[in-house]
Amino acid sequence: MSQSYDRGTVESFGRWREFSAGMWAWILHKFTGWILVGYLFTHIAVLSTSTQGAETYTATLQGLEALLIVRFLEIGLLAVAVFHILNGIRLLFVDLGLGLTAQDKSFYASLLLTAAITVASIPTFLGGAL
Amino acid sequence: MSTQIEEQRETEEEVETEPETESPGERRRAVKRERAAQREQEVETALDEAEETVELKVFRYDPEVADKEEPRFDSFTVPYHKGMTVLDALIYARDVYDSSLTFRHSCRQAVCGSDALFVNGRQRLGCKTQMGDLEWPVRIEPLPHQDVVKDLVVDMEHFYEQMHAVEPYFDPDETPDGELEEQRQTPENREKIKLSTRCIWCGACMSSCNIAAGDNKYLGPAAINKAYRFAMDEREGESRKEERLRIVEQEHGVWRCQTQFSCTEVCPKDIPLTEHIQELKREAIKSNLKFW
Repeated sequence: MSQSYDRGTVESFGRWREFSAGMWAWILHKFTGWILVGYLFTHIAVLSTSTQGAETYTATLQGLEALLIVRFLEIGLLAVAVFHILNGIRLLFVDLGLGLTAQDKSFYASLLLTAAITVASIPTFLGGAL
Repeated sequence: MSTQIEEQRETEEEVETEPETESPGERRRAVKRERAAQREQEVETALDEAEETVELKVFRYDPEVADKEEPRFDSFTVPYHKGMTVLDALIYARDVYDSSLTFRHSCRQAVCGSDALFVNGRQRLGCKTQMGDLEWPVRIEPLPHQDVVKDLVVDMEHFYEQMHAVEPYFDPDETPDGELEEQRQTPENREKIKLSTRCIWCGACMSSCNIAAGDNKYLGPAAINKAYRFAMDEREGESRKEERLRIVEQEHGVWRCQTQFSCTEVCPKDIPLTEHIQELKREAIKSNLKFW
């Protein structure tokens, strides 16, 4: 009879070098999704300071924007959100059964577009901070 | 080049037969040894004469043999010739170096679906994969996410169970009146299910699927493709199609697919598996949305 045993990296994500485009799209979509969920909590925390008055809210935002790390995190957040949106549109087409043979190309396209938009956003986010 | 186990067996035999010098068994073994030595010579000359040789790294495991209880990789050097497939190389290694090397194969022309293997990190059919197209040395392993029985042989029982779960046989609502009357299918409908009929039950898709790996109850790409083949066949009729959709729309059916495209990527018969799964998802929704 057959016996199971630990085949180690063969059956886990240890083979990530051999993943295809569709697999990467799936991983990145999950990853960016969880980051956006996490961001939602910090977003609520920051917004809720406005319940204590306009001054507190303004002070909080100004304090955060004064930190260089926050500016960089904002660029990262934009990249994550843009990729999630673009890949979400790609998945919408996949669900509709449109262009399934080009699914790898549309994944690469969404990556490139994300990169372009992120780079273009850098002056806006870092403006005045550097 | 042969593995350690064989060498050990030979020495054991020698020890056993030492007292009787002229038994028929001893004579037979002497002939055998001679032949083995001759073969070794032949192999050496073959390797010398070959313009190119390729190294195989083959997964070995056998729970019933003491030396092979721990999985390991054995190397075999095989003379390469143009047009050589992975299966050809494996057959050479088995015939020449180690007769205990175990793998399934039958038709050698990508029809029987016996020799799906994990070659250089990807599910491929051994008989359909050219050695020349691969990076050398070639690493050959049994299909991931399935129990290994021995060497490259995996337990396919679970895969077959999932295939049978979708009732993979033609079962029309109505049969023609005359006993020998044909049941005609439109050319368009035949064209629609054409690719799905090409499945050879090799199990490569199921092995590549990340979801099937984590959810043992998931029907898997091959079974869903089989369901597609019959659900989309117009000759079966509406009520049978409904029944078929009930099977695939269950919790561990089509909705588990997260469109990673791994199955479509590895299918040796180029069946658009993800596309078929997606179409069944839409069909399942359409059959459940009835407000007209």
